[in-house]
Amino acid sequence: MRPLERIEGREKVTGRARYAVEYPVEGVAYAAAVQATVGRGEIVAVGTAAALALPGVLAVLSCENAPEVNAVDDGELALFQSRRVSYRGQFVAAVVAETLETAREAARLVRVDYVSEPPDVRLHPGHPGIYKPDRVNPVFPADTERGDPEGAFAASAVRVDATYTTPAEHNNPMEPHATLAVWDGDGGLTLYDSNQGPSLVRDTAAEIFGLGPDRVRIVSPHVGGGFGSKGTPRPNLVLAAMAARAAGRPVKFAQTRQQMYSATGYRTPTIQRVRLGADADGRLTAIVHEALEQSSTVREFAEQTTTPTRVMYQAPHRRTAHRLARLDVPTPSWMRAPGETPGMFALESAMDELAVAAGIDPIELRIRNEPDAAPESGLAFSSRNLVTCLRQGADRFGWAGRDPAPAARREGRKLIGMGVASATYPAYRLPNRATARAEVDGTFTVRIAAVDIGTGARTALTLIAAEALKAEPERVTVELGDSDLPRASVAGGSGGTAGWGTAVVRACEALLPMLEEDRRPVEASADTTAEIEAQEELARHAFGAQFAEVEVDVDTGEIRVPRMLGVFAVGRVINAVTARSQFIGGMTMGLGMALMEESVMDEEFGDYLTRDLAQYHLPACADVRDIDAFWVDEHDPHLNPMGSKGIGEIGIVGAAAAVANAVHHATGLRIRDLPITPARMLTAL
Amino acid sequence: MRPFAYERAGTAEEALAKHDDDALYLGGGTNLVDLMRLGVATPARLVDVAHLPCDRIERGADGGLVIGAAVRNSDLAADPAARRSHPLLVEAVLTGASGQIRNQATVGGNLLQRTRCSYFQDITKPCNKREPGSGCPAREGEHHNHAIFGHSAACVATHPSDMAVALAALDASVRVRGRGGGERAVPLGELYRRPGEDPSRDTALEPGDLITAVEVPPLGLPSRYRKVRERASFAFALVSVAVALDVEGGAAGGGTVRDCRIALGGVAHLPWRAHRAEAVLRGAPATAESFLRAAEAELEAAEPLRDNRYKVPLATNLIARTLTELTER
Amino acid sequence: MDSADTAGAAPPPVRAEITLTVNGTGHRLGVDTRTSLLDVLREELGLTGSKKGCDHGQCGACTVLLDGRRVNACLALAVAHDGADVVTVEGLGGGDGGLSPVQEAFLECDAFQCGYCTPGQLCSATAVLGEAARGWPSAATPDVADEPRLDDAEIRERMSGNLCRCGAYVNIVAAVRGAAVRGAAVREAAGTEPGILP
Repeated sequence: MRPLERIEGREKVTGRARYAVEYPVEGVAYAAAVQATVGRGEIVAVGTAAALALPGVLAVLSCENAPEVNAVDDGELALFQSRRVSYRGQFVAAVVAETLETAREAARLVRVDYVSEPPDVRLHPGHPGIYKPDRVNPVFPADTERGDPEGAFAASAVRVDATYTTPAEHNNPMEPHATLAVWDGDGGLTLYDSNQGPSLVRDTAAEIFGLGPDRVRIVSPHVGGGFGSKGTPRPNLVLAAMAARAAGRPVKFAQTRQQMYSATGYRTPTIQRVRLGADADGRLTAIVHEALEQSSTVREFAEQTTTPTRVMYQAPHRRTAHRLARLDVPTPSWMRAPGETPGMFALESAMDELAVAAGIDPIELRIRNEPDAAPESGLAFSSRNLVTCLRQGADRFGWAGRDPAPAARREGRKLIGMGVASATYPAYRLPNRATARAEVDGTFTVRIAAVDIGTGARTALTLIAAEALKAEPERVTVELGDSDLPRASVAGGSGGTAGWGTAVVRACEALLPMLEEDRRPVEASADTTAEIEAQEELARHAFGAQFAEVEVDVDTGEIRVPRMLGVFAVGRVINAVTARSQFIGGMTMGLGMALMEESVMDEEFGDYLTRDLAQYHLPACADVRDIDAFWVDEHDPHLNPMGSKGIGEIGIVGAAAAVANAVHHATGLRIRDLPITPARMLTAL
Repeated sequence: MRPFAYERAGTAEEALAKHDDDALYLGGGTNLVDLMRLGVATPARLVDVAHLPCDRIERGADGGLVIGAAVRNSDLAADPAARRSHPLLVEAVLTGASGQIRNQATVGGNLLQRTRCSYFQDITKPCNKREPGSGCPAREGEHHNHAIFGHSAACVATHPSDMAVALAALDASVRVRGRGGGERAVPLGELYRRPGEDPSRDTALEPGDLITAVEVPPLGLPSRYRKVRERASFAFALVSVAVALDVEGGAAGGGTVRDCRIALGGVAHLPWRAHRAEAVLRGAPATAESFLRAAEAELEAAEPLRDNRYKVPLATNLIARTLTELTER
Repeated sequence: MDSADTAGAAPPPVRAEITLTVNGTGHRLGVDTRTSLLDVLREELGLTGSKKGCDHGQCGACTVLLDGRRVNACLALAVAHDGADVVTVEGLGGGDGGLSPVQEAFLECDAFQCGYCTPGQLCSATAVLGEAARGWPSAATPDVADEPRLDDAEIRERMSGNLCRCGAYVNIVAAVRGAAVRGAAVREAAGTEPGILP
C-alpha cells in the first residue's frame, strides 16, 4: 500500500481536532475532585459547609450523599460508594461549580476526617502477603514449568543468576483522563470521554448507572494518547456523570496531572530474578524467570511479566512464575506492552550477561537459542523472523566492528558502548463488527467503533478498506471514535488494526458483490466472531531487534544515547509513515524507561511523590537524537486478511535492555535497577 | 486557588505602596502561579511588578551590568553585551526551564523562586518551609535531589535557580527597595539564608521588599556554567557549577591561579559559594590535580543524606572537570 | 481533630475587565482574577486548540504566542495580560484557511501522533524560528557570544519545553528543520527582515 498522510492531520495542526472536554455544550459546569490524605482508613465525616458556602458551588458529592451505583469488576469505579480509603490519593469527594476556579477552590475547602491506619506500600521480597495469582493478564497461567529447571541450572557450565528491578512508571498521556458528561431529558447519557475503547466504556458506564447500553453514547473521535491507561474507564467518567446528574447540567471533569498519578493506573514495579544456564557454547539448558509485582487492595491486576520468556528461547528445562503482593496503593494496570516491557528488560539483560559470561557475541548467542516452535506451548510459529531482524539490524547499526571488551572505547571523558536486545509481542486479534456502505456519489463510508489514540488507526483502516474495495483511499471515509458505531474491541494489546481491520475487510468484501446491482446507497456488515473463534491454533508473535549506542560521562554519570535502531518483523506494514512513527515512539518511551522514568513511592505517606512532569521525567526533545526503525519483509498468511501484526507496543519492548546492555559495554558496569540515572551510574562508577 | 485582588504597579513607589502583609509581588508568575494553583501560596492580593520601568540592561563603564528586575530571562540571555562579558550568567539562564518559561520569567522573580521539594509542593503533607513546625519528611523520606551543604534538621531543600548560582559566583548584588523607603544593595552572598530553624524564609528580605535590579560587577575572566540533570534539558539541576578562572600567564600554559570563583547549585538551600575550594586554588598551579584537590577540599564539608551521597563525587568531579575545561579552551 | 464541618469565611471571587486580541480579533471580557489565559482561551472563547496537559508549565501543550513571544498560557494570569495580543494554533495559518510553513512541515514529517501536544509544538516551533533568526543563543550554543546556527542540536534543545509522550521528537526536529529552510526561502523571496514569525 502506498503510505498515506495522517487523515486527521490537518485538524490536528490547526487546533480543530476536539478532545473530550472540548465540546461546546450549553450550561456546562465544572467538577473538581477531593483526594484522600490518608493511606488507609475510614472516612468519619465529610465537612462540606465551607465549600457549599462559596458562591457558584452547585453540589458536593461524597460517600455521605452520592447516589448508589452498580458495582463492576473494577472497584476503582465504585466512586463514593464506601467509607473505606484504600490508598492515598483515592477520590473521596467531588465538587461541582459554575467555574473551574470555584470548583477547585471549593474542593480544597472540603474537609474530610478519617480514622487512619498506617499504609503498607513497600513491595519487597519479604512481604508476608505474597501469593500466586490464579492467572496473569489477561488469561495466562501464573506459573509454567518443564523438566527440572533447578537441577539443570545447577549443572550448567555457564550460569547467570541475577535480580533486576523496574520501578513503577506512569503512562502520562499528554491529554489527561477527562470526561464531559451530558444527561438528556429522557435519562440518556452522552459521555465525551478520553478512552481507548468506546464500546467497552459504553458497556461499563451503562452497567454502573443501570442503563441499557443503547441509552449511553461515548464520543471519542480524538484521544490524546493513552498507552494503556485509557483502556478501561477511569474514575473521571463516573465522577463527571454523577456530578452532571447531581447538578442537573452538563459537567466537565479533567483529572489534574497530579491526580493522574493516583487515579489512572500505572506500570507495576517489578522485582525479577532470572537464572540462565547454558553449555559452554551458550546453548541454554535452563531458563528460570520469576517476577514479584504489586496490586492494590481494590482489585487484583497481575501483570504478565514473564510471559515473553515462554516464547523467546529454546531450553529443555524452564520455569516462569508470577507472585503478587496486595498493597495500599492505587491499582496498577496496562502501560505500553505490560508484561513484555519489564519482563524483556530482565530477560534480555540476563542474555547479555550470559553472552559476556560465555564469551559469545550477544547476537550469536540469541541465534543459537532460536527455537523451532514455541518453546513452552510447542505450537508452530505463524512466522518468526527474529534472526533476520538481528542480522539486518547488526548490518545497519555497524555491529560487526564492535569490540566485545567492555569499557574499551573512550572519547575524552566519555565511555562509548553498543548494546542489543530482542523484542517480542503477541499478535492478538479480537472479534469486531463493522459496516461498509457505498454512497450515491461513489464514495464509501466504513463504520466501526474503533478509536484513534494517535496510532494512525483512522488512516490505517482507510487504507485497508480502500484495498478491500479496490478504491482510492480518497474515496473512503472511516468513521470511528463513537460507541454508536458497530461494536469494536479496545485499542490495546497491539490488536486494534488486526481486529478492526479484519471486520472492515469482511464488511467491504460483503459489499463488493452488492455493488454489481448498481443500487446505492447500499450497506454491508460483518461480524468476525466466528472467523476468529475458528482460526487455527498457532503461536502468533511479532519480533524485533533493538540496538543502542550510549555515551557515559565518567565524571557526572550522565548518559546520552546518540543512536537507537529497531528492526521489526511485524507481518505486513499497513502504512509505512505512521508505522515508523509508532516504532520510534515506542523506542523513545523505552529510552525514558531506561534512563529517567520512575514513580517514587512515599513510604511514610503512601502515595507516589513524583506527581508532576517536573518530577516524573519523560524524555524531552533534547534526549532523543537519532532513533530509526525498519522492518523486514514478512509474509504471514495465518494472521488476518491484511497479513499484519500489531506495532503499537513492540517498539518499547527490549529498548531499555538495549540501552542497559550498551551501558555495560561502555563501562563494564551492569546496572540491574532502572532507571539508570546519574545517581545510580555515579554510585556504580 | 484562593480568590485574590490584582493590581498592576507602574512604578516601584506604587508597588511598595500597594503591598501589604497579605500581598505578594507578581513577576512573570511562572513559579508563583504554579504555587498558588497548588495551594502553597495563598496571597489575598497580587501586585504586578512585571511592568515596572526596571526592564533594561545597562552596561557600566567598568564592564559591569545592571540588570533590571523586570527584565525577562530570555532578554538577559539574548543581550549581546551580557553574552560577551558574562557568558556564565547567560549559560546559567539558558539552562533554566524552557524557552517559554524564560520568556515569561523575570530576573527578580527567578531569584525569589521557591524550592521544588515535593513535600513543599504538596499541601497535604508536612513541611517546615510551608508550615513552620509541621516537620520535614524529606530528611528521612525522598531526598535524592536535596541538599548536601548547610541544611538543618528543619529543612534539607535546595534552591532551584540556575541564574542565582552564576550571580553568586559573580559577586553580584541586588538592589532592594523597602517599605521604609530608600534603596539598599544586598550582596548575593547575604541575600539567601541557610534554613536553620526557620526555613519558611528563603531570603534576608523583609516583607514588602522589592528587588529592582541586579548589579553584576565586571568579570573579564574565562567562565562557564555547567549543569547536570536527569534529562538532557528542561529539568532542575542535580548539581550545577558556575566557575570563572584567572590564571597568570594564561590558562592554557599551566600558570598560577590568580583568582577563581566557584559556586554550586543543587546542593544547598542557597547558591553555594565554594569558598574553601577557591582558597585552596588561589596561588596554586592551574592543573587538573589542583582543581581536583580544591574540589575535594570543598566537598569534605558536605553532609550528604542517606540517598544523595552521589552528589559528593558529582560535585567534586564537576568542579574539577569544568575548571579543567576552562583551561583547555 | 477539628470538627469536619468548620466553615471558614471564604473570600468571594474577584473579577476584572480585560481586553485581549486573539488571532486578530478583539475581545472584551470579564474574568476571575484566578483564571489563566489558557482557561480564557479554552472555556470563554472556545479556542480549544491550546491544550491543558499539566497546568503548571511543565509540558508546553498550552504554548501560545503572547505579544509575539511563546509562553505557557497556563502560567499566565489573564488579568495580568490586559491589552495583550495572542496568537494561538488556530491563528498560525492566517485567516485564509491556509497553513503556515511550520504546520505544513509537521504534516509532511508526521511530526505528531495523538495530536494533543501538537498545538503547543507548533506555536513553540514558530517562535523558535523567530528566536533563532534574531540570533538568540540556547543552552546548545557552543559559545553564547556567537551567532547560533539552527542545527539539530539547537532545535532539540529549543523544543525541549514541549513534551510529546507519543515520542514524535525525531519527526518534530525534522519538521522544524524543514520549516526553517522553507521560512528562510520565503523571507529571502520577500526581502523581509526576520521577525518573530517566520
